[in-house]
Amino acid sequence: MEGMTFIVKTTTKLLIGIIFLFGIYITFYGHLTPGGGFAGGIMLACGMILMTLAFGKRMSLGKLSDFYASLLDNLGAFTFWTIAMLGYIGGYFFMNFIEKSNPFGLLSSGTILTINIAIGVKVFASVFAVFMALTIFGRFVSGLISEDED
Amino acid sequence: MENWLPIFVAAPLGMAFLNLLVTKVFRHVSSYLTMAVVIFLLWLSIRFFGEQPFYYAMGGWMPPLGITLVWDSLSQLLVLIVSIITLAVTLFALPYMQQYTAQSKFYSLYLLMIAGMYGVILTGDFFNLFVFLEIASLASYALVAFGVEAEELEASFKYLVLGGVSSTIILLGIALLYSATGTLNMADMAGILAQGGPKNLIFFIFALFIMGFGLKSAMVPFHAWLPDAHPSAPAPISAMLSGLIIKALGIYCVARIFFIILGIVPIVKTVLMVLGGLSMVIGVFLAVGQWDFKRLLAYHSISQMGYVMVGIGLATPLGILGGLFHLLNHAVFKSLLFLCSGAFEYSTGTRQLKQLGGLMKKMPWTGTSCSIAALSISGIPPFNGFWSKLIIIIALLQAEYYLLGAVTVFVSFMTLISFVKVQKYSLFGSLPKKFQDIKEVPVLMVTGMVILALLCVGLGLLYPFYGQAILESARNLMVEPYQYLQYAMP
Repeated sequence: MEGMTFIVKTTTKLLIGIIFLFGIYITFYGHLTPGGGFAGGIMLACGMILMTLAFGKRMSLGKLSDFYASLLDNLGAFTFWTIAMLGYIGGYFFMNFIEKSNPFGLLSSGTILTINIAIGVKVFASVFAVFMALTIFGRFVSGLISEDED
Repeated sequence: MENWLPIFVAAPLGMAFLNLLVTKVFRHVSSYLTMAVVIFLLWLSIRFFGEQPFYYAMGGWMPPLGITLVWDSLSQLLVLIVSIITLAVTLFALPYMQQYTAQSKFYSLYLLMIAGMYGVILTGDFFNLFVFLEIASLASYALVAFGVEAEELEASFKYLVLGGVSSTIILLGIALLYSATGTLNMADMAGILAQGGPKNLIFFIFALFIMGFGLKSAMVPFHAWLPDAHPSAPAPISAMLSGLIIKALGIYCVARIFFIILGIVPIVKTVLMVLGGLSMVIGVFLAVGQWDFKRLLAYHSISQMGYVMVGIGLATPLGILGGLFHLLNHAVFKSLLFLCSGAFEYSTGTRQLKQLGGLMKKMPWTGTSCSIAALSISGIPPFNGFWSKLIIIIALLQAEYYLLGAVTVFVSFMTLISFVKVQKYSLFGSLPKKFQDIKEVPVLMVTGMVILALLCVGLGLLYPFYGQAILESARNLMVEPYQYLQYAMP
């Protein structure tokens, strides 16, 4: 059985939804409260890393494979650039071209919300992909150990 | 309002990410996308060369609050150098990188490095300078390790650690400047400092920047990473690192910050000249004994950057002109030499000079280009290296630095010795038996090298036609820095 003990798995199952929710909250409210795309993305990635530690690599790669992690990573960065270029078409590079109104509301900051989401996706996918890239080395060593045990 | 300026940063940055998305569906297009961006940027830099200086407010936020990009004569010079060298190197990279896997990742990192360099050159904001500096540096750390052999990873790690130290120190300097002036906008800061800033703090900031940018430009006490990092990278990246990165991130920042923002003071001039003199002498002595072609070239980079530093540190109009001219020339001939070393490696599989020989007969185009570059770097008339060294030496003698002038001549002589060795062992002499059936490299690689070889000849001979527009206007800005305040701020 892959992964850690039953206790860890149960706790992870209970926590993982809350961790993701909190990460998404931090990303979406980046323009109103401390935080933003980077912090929220790191939290989302930490959720995935916790899942990897508790349930094993196969489980989390089943949820988000390395191909899609890389795709999301590029897509996030490209969306960020696209928003900047939309502002460029409107007048200046990085111009905030969406109407700003309703102070302290979720939709009060124009493009900043979309930029935060793009950064969140990018950081989430790339930190997860870096973690998965590091585990490539682990597989080879654990294979050697199991051979020794046999 | 000139809207084209942010394209210099936006185009390579966007293509770096688009490239990775597109190559998930269509493989093998990344090189063509890169080529398209590079040609477009070269067209842009030539089309708008000589425009009146102006600033561009990012996002519509006016300085001193917002981030600005500034187009002036010094930026124009560097942008032109980067665009031309990038074109030649990209032409070379198209066939050369076929040897490696994961080409799309290579081209993405390459475009990020280009975007970082353009950003550093164009920015008018201190923190933005740091961000672009990090983009270019991080991309180059990854590119040095691109071959993922043990030696390359070690070199990359060394480069990463020392580069990280230098970035941290530069960031500390920027933080102290911010605390002293309360602004990050360069022009605003220059205006505040011109009215008199805290003297002791400014000297401390000078010391931090000399160390930080000295590490980036590999001046001698800080040069340890360069002889490992530059030879380990794939040849096009070696050419980019030696030809452009150490200039855009090192010397250019010194010129911009020390001369235009902070205002140069005599003791800093002396320090720059001492560092430059040490780099010249120690670099060339370390280079003479090398038998690895790329490692030899890397040590010569240290030595030649010493020339640039001496010229700029002299801070007389002629000295600065010589320094900037040598910067332009060194970018051309050192990139060409690294490309030639890559071409030799491509054909023969080795870069040890002792195993090569007689390649002039088998590879006439590469051999001739290599020969031209070697003569340029050693300062043989009428190639470009001669003229810039001559200007630096005349400037030193005019300013009555006779000893340093003599050292400069001596270093030039040592450079000649080591490149005579290079030519004897690689181009002339007898061809080893195992290389009897090697061929000239593919035509695109030859094109890249021939462009740079023609520039080596042309830059020397045609100085009267382009010198006024390109170099002397940049020199005038560095000599009269108060001009910067007139166009970089509203």
